[in-house]
Amino acid sequence: MNSFTLTQATAADEAVRDLTSHDGAAYLGGGTNLVDLMKYNLERPTHLTSLGLLPLTDITSLPDGGLRLGALATNADTAWHPEVEKRYPLLSQTILAGATPQLRNAATNGGNLNQRTRCYYFYDLATPCNKREPGTGCSALTGPNRVCGVLGTSESCIATQPSDMCVALAALEAVVRVQGPDGERTIKFDDYHRLPGDHPEKDNTLKPGELVTAIDLPEEGYADHFTYLKLRDRSSYAFALVSVAVGLKMNGNTIEKARFALGGVAHKPWRDQEAEKMLEGQTASPDLFRQVAAKVFAEAKGYGEGSLHNSFKIELGKRAIVRALKQSTEMSQVVNPNVFLNSNP
Amino acid sequence: MSLQFIQEPLDKTAPRVVPAQSVTLNVNGQDRTIQIAPWTSLLDALREYLDLTGTKKGCDHGQCGACTVLVDGKRINSCLALATVYQGKKIQTIEGLGTEDNLSPLQQAFVDHDAFQCGYCTPGQICSAQGLINEGRCKTEDEVREHMSGNLCRCGAYTNILSAVMEVLHDGEAVVDNGVLITVPVASTKASSVE
Amino acid sequence: MSQTIATPPTVRLDSDVIGKPINRTDGPAKVSGAAKYAAEFGVTGPLWYGYIVNSPVAKGKITKIHADEVLAIPGVQQVFSHENVPSFAWFDRSYKDDVAPGGSPFRPLHEPEIMFSLQPVALVVADTFELARYAASVLRIEYEVEKHNTDLESVIDEAYDAPKGKTGFMPPPKPKGDMDKAYQEAPHKIAGEYIHHAQHQNPMEMFATTVDWLGDGKKMKIYDKTQGAPNVQQYLMKIFSLSSDEARVISKFTGGGFGSGLRPQYQVFLAVMAALELEHSVRVVMTRTQMFSFGHRPHTLQKLRIASDDLGHIQALEHKALAETSQFENATETVVNWTGILYNSPNTNFDYQLSKIDVFTPLDMRAPGAATGNFASESAIDELSYKAGKDPLDFRLLNYTYSDPTENKPFTSKRLDDCYHEGAARFGWDQRNPEPRSMRDEKGMLVGWGVAAGCWDASMQKAAAKAVLSADGHLTVSSATNDQGAGTYVIMTQMAAQTLGLPMQQVTFSLGDTNMPAAPVQGGSWTANSVGAAVKDACQEVGKKLLKLAQKMDDSPLAGVDFEDAQFVDGHIRANEDITRSVAIADILAASGEDKIEADGKAGPNPINQLKYSMHSHNAVFVEVKVDEDLGTIHVTRVVNAVAAGRIMNPKTARSQVLGGTVWGLSMAMMEETYLNNELGRYMNHNYAEYHIPVNADIHKIDVIFVEEEDDIASPIGVKGVGEIGMLGVTAAIANAVYHATGKRVRELPLTSDKLL
Repeated sequence: MNSFTLTQATAADEAVRDLTSHDGAAYLGGGTNLVDLMKYNLERPTHLTSLGLLPLTDITSLPDGGLRLGALATNADTAWHPEVEKRYPLLSQTILAGATPQLRNAATNGGNLNQRTRCYYFYDLATPCNKREPGTGCSALTGPNRVCGVLGTSESCIATQPSDMCVALAALEAVVRVQGPDGERTIKFDDYHRLPGDHPEKDNTLKPGELVTAIDLPEEGYADHFTYLKLRDRSSYAFALVSVAVGLKMNGNTIEKARFALGGVAHKPWRDQEAEKMLEGQTASPDLFRQVAAKVFAEAKGYGEGSLHNSFKIELGKRAIVRALKQSTEMSQVVNPNVFLNSNP
Repeated sequence: MSLQFIQEPLDKTAPRVVPAQSVTLNVNGQDRTIQIAPWTSLLDALREYLDLTGTKKGCDHGQCGACTVLVDGKRINSCLALATVYQGKKIQTIEGLGTEDNLSPLQQAFVDHDAFQCGYCTPGQICSAQGLINEGRCKTEDEVREHMSGNLCRCGAYTNILSAVMEVLHDGEAVVDNGVLITVPVASTKASSVE
Repeated sequence: MSQTIATPPTVRLDSDVIGKPINRTDGPAKVSGAAKYAAEFGVTGPLWYGYIVNSPVAKGKITKIHADEVLAIPGVQQVFSHENVPSFAWFDRSYKDDVAPGGSPFRPLHEPEIMFSLQPVALVVADTFELARYAASVLRIEYEVEKHNTDLESVIDEAYDAPKGKTGFMPPPKPKGDMDKAYQEAPHKIAGEYIHHAQHQNPMEMFATTVDWLGDGKKMKIYDKTQGAPNVQQYLMKIFSLSSDEARVISKFTGGGFGSGLRPQYQVFLAVMAALELEHSVRVVMTRTQMFSFGHRPHTLQKLRIASDDLGHIQALEHKALAETSQFENATETVVNWTGILYNSPNTNFDYQLSKIDVFTPLDMRAPGAATGNFASESAIDELSYKAGKDPLDFRLLNYTYSDPTENKPFTSKRLDDCYHEGAARFGWDQRNPEPRSMRDEKGMLVGWGVAAGCWDASMQKAAAKAVLSADGHLTVSSATNDQGAGTYVIMTQMAAQTLGLPMQQVTFSLGDTNMPAAPVQGGSWTANSVGAAVKDACQEVGKKLLKLAQKMDDSPLAGVDFEDAQFVDGHIRANEDITRSVAIADILAASGEDKIEADGKAGPNPINQLKYSMHSHNAVFVEVKVDEDLGTIHVTRVVNAVAAGRIMNPKTARSQVLGGTVWGLSMAMMEETYLNNELGRYMNHNYAEYHIPVNADIHKIDVIFVEEEDDIASPIGVKGVGEIGMLGVTAAIANAVYHATGKRVRELPLTSDKLL
């Protein structure tokens, strides 16, 4: 970790001013990712603008029926907020499927959006990594890459976005509110994270100095038919190999509206709007789900065989989609085969 | 032909060190002032500056939970917290929960259930369990298992940790289906002969 | 002189403590944060911090170290590297610790050559931890890179027979009969290749050393994380030419070891070297990444062929293993022998070889060798049982051996059969449908039930202890042994209390200081046996002195009573024949006028018994798994682990050892693998986030059964040790249960979901 100065801002505009007036500055939220990265010398900010005192911790209803999540509300407070639990159980359960109680108590909603990949090579200064150091190459293309992606990858990067929460936010079609040197703007969730292309060093579409101030959820929360299915290497406290967040509106056995997104497979929460359309207006059936899953992974590319390489995620991902859709149509609770949360085996 | 591996300088600027400043932390009910720079984690502040070594460093990266402390009653990983931004908050460590001669109910339950072996993850487990109880969200075995999963125990004391937490969570009324111990007494067993 | 009053006999005495489930005496210190681990001791003066820098390349040579840039930072005290570390001891033997394998031990910062990725190459010492960490991050080092090879499978052709040289290593048993012919002719046979990859011990406490520089010549108190303070002391004395007084090594609490602390690790060398060079107190703590920079359970490839006759009797048994080692040492484990100890076969063949790759030397990891061989052999035995049309448990009982076929010796005791029966009864094995894929739960999940057996050494090492009974009646017993979580503190207190008939609270056992009588490293499940016997001996010697003093008292009721005919119960010495002939120990002390009574004790293996007998602990493990076949997820929902390991000193702590062993077996089965990138020659998941070990949510019901054995041949105190045995059987039983659930036989660990898709 390098040495740095630190300012505790008390308002968003003050924070933006503070950050932009320092070279090499970064925003500090809960610190659960940034401090980690700094200890590994992956981030070396010379100044931190601490956001801990900003009044952005509220969760409030919006006039249009939606819900605004303050960027500085912790993941735990968000997951356990009565309105979130009642109206957006998919989001609540998804947040609880990620990290640990300790991390969720410190991690903020804004920070969750901006957490960086867990790719082994990004995390190890001794190895080439285009995301960390553009132009050095991608060690993951041929090396162990179990943690890496199979959709939307490029020859310069196959890293994945590691968040669980973001997968639900993608399915819920959230909107990110940001404030920067040029004022405020909103970003549709699908546009917030980006694919690696030739610039894997950029995780998202934030402009320099921009600060996430809130995440707006639209009115529809799919509280009756939803699932977050997370498959991982142990029952808890592990990043997803593949995860699926599903929200459905059902009329009997007919799917009226379908939204879903995948985690663990791409540089961003992966949505396929054509695949969603394949579901809408149709009768729920295993065959339909299999067709949808096949569509999602039609263009997938695996990087090597065996347990250390990620080609298995294509088949696993398809099966996860089928299972998550099936669960969503049949029940309105999260059933995670990795956590017997509601059953005694 | 031999290849070279040359480490480039990590920073564009010349090395510089931000000076230490006075930071006051409220730990276990007491205000303690130390001289640290912003780069000192809450964990290092406790261990290296305040001699509160009950809080453990197991990974220093939020991957094990050994450093768990309570801040305003909520459990966090102190290794990922910068001490300076925790001024004004109430920090509680294992030393603040009870002492060797006056154990808290959770600490006593951990001893009674042998919910540890090497003891290194233990303060973090106990602070985490206290946080779990404070949260008031978990009741069942499966919920406690899941919500105690932020604390690794390499010795594998998990079943006993569950028993200890359930006991305190349910005021000794919990029935935990967690495995039993059976002892089959010695039968007359003589050295067997070679066939 | 007060009149001594005989204590009436009671059913339960305070001092009748062996075999009782007594809480750990060190428990309150551990749960309150008062227990001090190596990095937590204060020093007499100011403390400087060392931060280790490791190599980014796997093979090559350091060509330049830009130390000047770092030394210019105020507060940085020194940058140590091969460029400025003086030559210490010359010969390899000076760097050999008690448990070093054959070869040339690694010498930190000795030369510019790089032999493995993450090799320590420099130590930066600064005023604060944060400054040392920062300075280490800006230290630029240039390397000339050579081609490395870390791929074991590419050097199979270069395998050589594992040489002797390491304490405890048993070469493979000699072949019997005609393996090839018997295998060919047998009606039922299987052949399989089994693989597991490198695994790292990863105790929770990272390796750390605090050197308290005492300023009197070279005197130091060296607080070290280790499984054996005396081993570390010997190592340091030889390398740095120190006296035992100068290099006092202290290790009061060890935050887990699992083998990683058997050998002195490089942070202790670096911390002591820096303290000597700077004449200053220094603390060096490894990072979690650095915990992947030294020993590990070696990547091992195994081949088994087993065949049986029509009745299911094993006729041919072959077990071969090839393991990795470093370029500089021959790390050896006993891998294949166990198979021959568990099952008799007229025709056998065993083989164990090593190949060298560019990694650090492998290092014993819980149940070293046995865990490796056991997974393969118990998977193979299981597979053969299906081929032979037998229930896997019946098949094992059918091939049960009452003597050790590898050495043709009787066992001192073996109640594995009772482990099978008791375990099966508890588990409900008789409800098992033998057909694979035949059982499902109410949710439709595939259910599988598997069984496997395990075997470990009941061994003993030389150990010593000292007992001091002070005038106030408090007994203090000490030995430089270790407690990495095994329960040494409490069971030795029990042993001392029981031997002298004192209540537990009147006894203190202390350990982990080289000023105490020597003890072996804590490993191999030998501590309870070896140190326990030494503690008993020391206390008995005190007891003999007490008896003599009692007999000097006026009108002593114990006059003429031999030590063998006396009992020490409830604070009294009594005559066996007439327990009303009794003297209180407090009165003896008062009458003697001595301020303390002390005695040394020692214990060691009995070489005659070792020649005559085979000494082992055994276990039988029953496992239930539930498998979600679509998604490949496996849950271990139930385990019964039945253990026969002699006498159980403390069922509470012994159970914890078996619970922990069970979790380790599950971890090996389902999670543990250090990902090696052969292109980079580097382990890539070198952290707790990506190197997975179980969390609480992974662990469900575990029943532990102790089938007690009386065995005064394996041990003078009847103890065989439980540190390793609990892990055995578990991994194979899980793999066997997965087969029963799914019909898929997975021979490569870990059993990640992708392997079932």
